[in-house]
Amino acid sequence: MESTASERSGNPLRMGIVREPDGETRVAATPDTAAKLAGLGYTVVVERGAGAAASFPDDAYEGADAAIVDTAEAWSCDVVLRINPPTSDEIARLKDGATIVGMLSPSLRPELLQSLAVRDLTAIAMDAVPRISRAQSMDVLSSMSNIAGYRAVVEAAHEFGRFFTGQVTAAGKVPPAKVLVAGAGVAGLAAIGAASSLGAVVRATDPRPEVADQVHSIGGEYLPVDVALEQSTDGYAKATSEAYDRRAAEIYSEQAAEVDVIIATALIPGRPAPRLITATDVASMRPGSVIVDMAAAQGGNVEGSVPGKRVVTEGGVIILGYTDLAGRLPTQASQLYGTNLLNLIKLLTPGKDGRLVIDFDDVVQRAVTVVRDGSITWPPPPVAVAAAPSTTMPKPEKEAPEPKRRMSPRALTGLVALGIAALFAVCAFAPPPLPQHFLVLVLAVVVGFYVIGHVAHALHTPLMSVTNAISGIIIVGAMVQIMAPSPVVQVIAAVAVLVASINVFGGFAVTRRMLAMFTKAEDR
Amino acid sequence: MSAATAIADAAYIVAALLFIMSLAGLSKHQTSRRGVVYGIIGMTIALVATVIVVLTGAWGSSSLPLGLTFLVVAIVIGAIIGLWRARTVEMTGMPQLIALFHSFVGAAAVLVGWNGAIDTRGIPADLLGVHHGEVFIGVFIGGVTLTGSVVAFLKLSARISSRPLMLPGKNALNIGALVVFVALTVWYIAAPQLWLLIVVTALALALGWHLVASIGGGDMPVVISMLNSYSGWAAAAAGFLLNNDLLIVTGALVGSSGAYLSYIMCKAMNRSFLSVIAGGFGIEAPSKTDAGGGEHREIDAAGAAAMLEGASSVIITPGYGMAVAQAQYPVAELARRLREQGVEVRFGIHPVAGRLPGHMNVLLAEARVPYDIVLEMDEINDDFASTSVVLVIGANDTVNPAAAEDPGSPIAGMPVLRVWEAENVIVFKRSMAAGYAGVDNPLFYRDNTQMLFGDAKERVEDILKVLSSQSEPAQRQAR
Repeated sequence: MESTASERSGNPLRMGIVREPDGETRVAATPDTAAKLAGLGYTVVVERGAGAAASFPDDAYEGADAAIVDTAEAWSCDVVLRINPPTSDEIARLKDGATIVGMLSPSLRPELLQSLAVRDLTAIAMDAVPRISRAQSMDVLSSMSNIAGYRAVVEAAHEFGRFFTGQVTAAGKVPPAKVLVAGAGVAGLAAIGAASSLGAVVRATDPRPEVADQVHSIGGEYLPVDVALEQSTDGYAKATSEAYDRRAAEIYSEQAAEVDVIIATALIPGRPAPRLITATDVASMRPGSVIVDMAAAQGGNVEGSVPGKRVVTEGGVIILGYTDLAGRLPTQASQLYGTNLLNLIKLLTPGKDGRLVIDFDDVVQRAVTVVRDGSITWPPPPVAVAAAPSTTMPKPEKEAPEPKRRMSPRALTGLVALGIAALFAVCAFAPPPLPQHFLVLVLAVVVGFYVIGHVAHALHTPLMSVTNAISGIIIVGAMVQIMAPSPVVQVIAAVAVLVASINVFGGFAVTRRMLAMFTKAEDR
Repeated sequence: MSAATAIADAAYIVAALLFIMSLAGLSKHQTSRRGVVYGIIGMTIALVATVIVVLTGAWGSSSLPLGLTFLVVAIVIGAIIGLWRARTVEMTGMPQLIALFHSFVGAAAVLVGWNGAIDTRGIPADLLGVHHGEVFIGVFIGGVTLTGSVVAFLKLSARISSRPLMLPGKNALNIGALVVFVALTVWYIAAPQLWLLIVVTALALALGWHLVASIGGGDMPVVISMLNSYSGWAAAAAGFLLNNDLLIVTGALVGSSGAYLSYIMCKAMNRSFLSVIAGGFGIEAPSKTDAGGGEHREIDAAGAAAMLEGASSVIITPGYGMAVAQAQYPVAELARRLREQGVEVRFGIHPVAGRLPGHMNVLLAEARVPYDIVLEMDEINDDFASTSVVLVIGANDTVNPAAAEDPGSPIAGMPVLRVWEAENVIVFKRSMAAGYAGVDNPLFYRDNTQMLFGDAKERVEDILKVLSSQSEPAQRQAR
């Protein structure tokens, strides 16, 4: 493991929580997470007023053993925690060898990385956490999307002039609002959940059919883009994509005319947001309908949305292009961001001794480190991501795995025929009492199979103990023999009667005891 | 045909019908108790009818006094022992008890077979060959059931190691035993001699021992229901021997229903049914051991309690470890407490959890967990993804993601409870040792998994303590 700039100093590092730029309501650490950071061995300081907008006053931090300091001192710490990327002035305040952590958007802001790399700095981008399950606890994009999706529904409900839930009141019947959520990612799912718990009828679209179950699980209805049949006519990916897009556009047009609220959450990494709702679709909506375009900052899913603004169309449709949805829940957003950050710092502090160690062999640490000791390390090698730990394995197919060996139908038929032939032969040639016995045997076997065919799993044990008691019927055989003239036979038969009767009595008694314990919640 | 025999035949038909109704009743909760009553009535009718036949048949003969004394004494002693065992058995000891009961049926079948060989009165000369063949088949099946059940009993009660016995060429041994059995039967039909009977008894006992000894402890549920099936066939063979249709019907009923039950188990474990019947389908040595990567995270009882209190839905997946630790009562109490607090609590039971089919259901029922919150794997598997906390209590292989995700794993393809899809998983475990199948469990190293080490019962009780110490101040405030 190489030593990093920050590791070289022997003492526990100072960790500074600095103020965010104006307009940002969140803060990188709450009193709660600050105390836990201190628990990792760091000396934590907080810039005066850093948490004010998120309802975390300075004295709350002081209560969590974090000193309140001025701007310059907070920026001169060994590790600076932040949400928004630093300006060039702020970079100048960082001391040499310092580490800055924040949402740096490395792929969108190469110039920021350049300006960080001119000095001996290390930069960690919270929004570059790879999407593997091990790193979920640090994934700020997920946690912020979750909040934003919820808030999008709240904003829509605020603008919408009606109830979300349907009601029958003395003053008349209120139909439920219909909500369309475009894109069922983290934000989309949060929006579906929030809207359906408000009582709305929620529909969702997403190009990935596998999210249908997730949509259902939180109360939404999944609208599939059913182009499967068209695909087979010409197998070209582009053509199918065109057919797909055409059908998807139709769905959006149909839905726009019908629904009251649209929450658009569709984003494609590294590309502008797809245009899903056209101006015509918007015009077809009823006056008073609300659209929240959560992708407004990335170009917008909705034609006519303006980033950060509320727009009312000529048709009376309200289009919200807010880009600070997560920040509108500042206390919650800070808590989740702070926890994500804390989990990352935990990973980077293996010794819990207040010393930051970056291990480039770890996929997560490699991916988030975008500048290291003054050299740009973004993007991370793709190989490292591909060789992610086995936790990223795709989920298994839903189909039951095939048994290892299965008899071919022909072999099975042959076997059955052979069995029947053997039975026929035995019955045809066996002396008188045998055929009748075989008839009884065969019928009883068939009855036995069918009679327990649908046994409830919970009853397996009682069933087994009752069949066990019943198979104690062999006592009948022993009883018949007990009157034989030979005393030897009588003794043997007596022993057989004894063991079989243990079975009969014990088996029934234990079954009754077990069944007496099975109760249903209402029965009590 | 005397009047007594005619009455007995009628009684046997009624008894057989009652046994069928008993099994049918046992397949549903609502009718299960009635099913047992049918079984008891059927058995009573059969026994009373047999006593009448036996008494009228032997009336006035010299063997009556001794026979009658034996009959009464044997039934009374047997009934006392049986009822006493049934009353005192711990529910966790149920698998052992049932295995032991199976061995009694096997023993009775062997004894009845021996008697049939010694006492050949009243058998027409032309049927003597058939009779000898029936003796051999009855003794053979009975003997296999006897020792097989004894071995299962010893393994389940941990008196011998539950590791599979690996004799070289074990399949050849099994098949060889069958071939020798057929040869001996032919010989015995041609020239009945006592030593042949002794040899075949010994052979059957040895085969039964070997069949079950070469099966690992993890596959015991299948073995038990298989032995259940064998004990039925043993009774059916005795029926052929004694010309008794009731024995044939009952034996075949038990035999086929036991076989079907084993088949269900096999499907649940993705095992081949044929290889189970043949025995010795013991676990192969784990093909790889490199899965043991990663670190596990620990949680304490207080942390677990906090997590449970904040949860909206909880699924508890118990395994054999819960039975061993006798943790079903605290677990049931935990479930009750959480339900009172409005947390949705359910139990997810893997078909082969425990050492007996339905073992977990019995334990939970003993602790008075309502059975409608105890769900089986297929019912609950899709709900894990929307569950806040899963408590894995003493289960290991049945929740192993390697079965679903790692084609190289020895348990690959076995359906498992997909607990890892839940938000959080807490695994109660005594140590990091592997489960019965000897396979490492990657679940323990998952990010959403936390380990709670120690005795399951004590740990659950610790959680209960934390929960009650927190709820008291809250109640005081509420007043």
